[in-house]
Amino acid sequence: MDALLIERETILAAFWMTIRLTAVSALGSLVLGTLLTAMRVAPLASLRAAASCYVSVARNTPLTLVLLFTGLGVGANLGVELSDDLATNNFWLACIGLTAYTSAFVCEALRSGLNTVPVGQAEAARSLGLGFVKTLGLITLPQAFRAVVAPLGSILIALTKNTTIALVVGVSEASVRMREMIETYGDQVIEIFLGFAAGFLLLCLPMGLLFGWLSRRMAVAR
Amino acid sequence: MSEADLIVLDQVNKRYGDHHVLRDISLSVRQGEVVVVIGPSGAGKSTLCRAINRLETIDSGTISLDGTPLPAEGRALARLRAEVGMVFQSFNLFAHKTVLDNVVLGQVHVLKRPKAEAERKARELLDRVGIGGQAAKFPAQLSGGQQQRVAIARALAMDPKAILFDEPTSALDPEMVNEVLDVMTALAREGMTMVVVTHEMGFARRAADRVVFMADGEIVEQNTPGAFFGSPDSERAQSFLAKILTH
Repeated sequence: MDALLIERETILAAFWMTIRLTAVSALGSLVLGTLLTAMRVAPLASLRAAASCYVSVARNTPLTLVLLFTGLGVGANLGVELSDDLATNNFWLACIGLTAYTSAFVCEALRSGLNTVPVGQAEAARSLGLGFVKTLGLITLPQAFRAVVAPLGSILIALTKNTTIALVVGVSEASVRMREMIETYGDQVIEIFLGFAAGFLLLCLPMGLLFGWLSRRMAVAR
Repeated sequence: MSEADLIVLDQVNKRYGDHHVLRDISLSVRQGEVVVVIGPSGAGKSTLCRAINRLETIDSGTISLDGTPLPAEGRALARLRAEVGMVFQSFNLFAHKTVLDNVVLGQVHVLKRPKAEAERKARELLDRVGIGGQAAKFPAQLSGGQQQRVAIARALAMDPKAILFDEPTSALDPEMVNEVLDVMTALAREGMTMVVVTHEMGFARRAADRVVFMADGEIVEQNTPGAFFGSPDSERAQSFLAKILTH
């Protein structure tokens, strides 16, 4: 147990990085995922095709590859610099990779949510004179969101755990700290493992409870 | 076709695969006229009603509103739809919005009315259809009859030139049918242009200026309610009326 106590400051700092990665990527995925969903149901065939192609690629590529691509491809090779500070630069690159990957799942969840909204809702909106964007934004998407709160919660939990792969872009989040600690405190491997696992549990369990509660509270009565 | 014709359908055809749902439909509805469309199931009544604001596309022919042919898509179509109210069989109130917001939404987002003015008008209309007290509730908390009256208020809030009713009482429990028909009859008296697809023969007799009888995708005959129910010309209408009026 010593190691976990001695290093508690650095462990908390590492988990704080995990939280930041999760929060920024979750927000980005929600925005991009919503946009992709809108594209997938758009009247323009080219938009639908582009979004569906993107989702297929992003969803079927291992996250490690996506992050290696943002780190080595976008960052190192193409020379995209998001900050002068290397750590900050890596952080944003990791967020881009995680967002690119997770938004595909958000899009699929939202699209299945759209399918639960009765056709009559959109017809009523259109018959009032609302166009495509307003029908989607005011009527169908808000109801779709409410229908998929629970699956979005699962995606958020998956994202939280997926942030551990940000280590391939050189972001020191919780799993990196864990590896370092195992090297330093070789006699306490099990304790360190359990400690970090408990940390993730502490992050993810409340998310699951919160989203379960939200999904019951926000359900649309029909 | 005259100056006062608000809705004009000319040689309208629609098919679903092999099924010819609308066959050469030509129909004009005058300003202020109440046209009730009746006929057996599958006659194409609902399709006709939905085609008028292009919730259904048509294969050939033209439909014009107030002299303007229905645009295919986009803003022009949305603008035209805003001028024609629609009341659905399944109400289709926005499930995530309160009753008041259902009536306010179109006014604010389509007509660009200030929110306060839209709310005032919404409350006025809800009072008029007898559900002023339920403004803060959600649609699922209302009975079917109440929901349908909200739907009528929502259509009226847009100050439409005409309102289309697609079997407005078919999904209602029997004891709620009249509360909706009363609102519709009052509207008809006030001179609203209405196209009503319904199985309510009492309403057709009472409120219609003209009854249109459809069968197998065609308009078989049309006449004043008195003449149609008294002495229908076609055999098809005679047998239809015989079946529904004997019990």
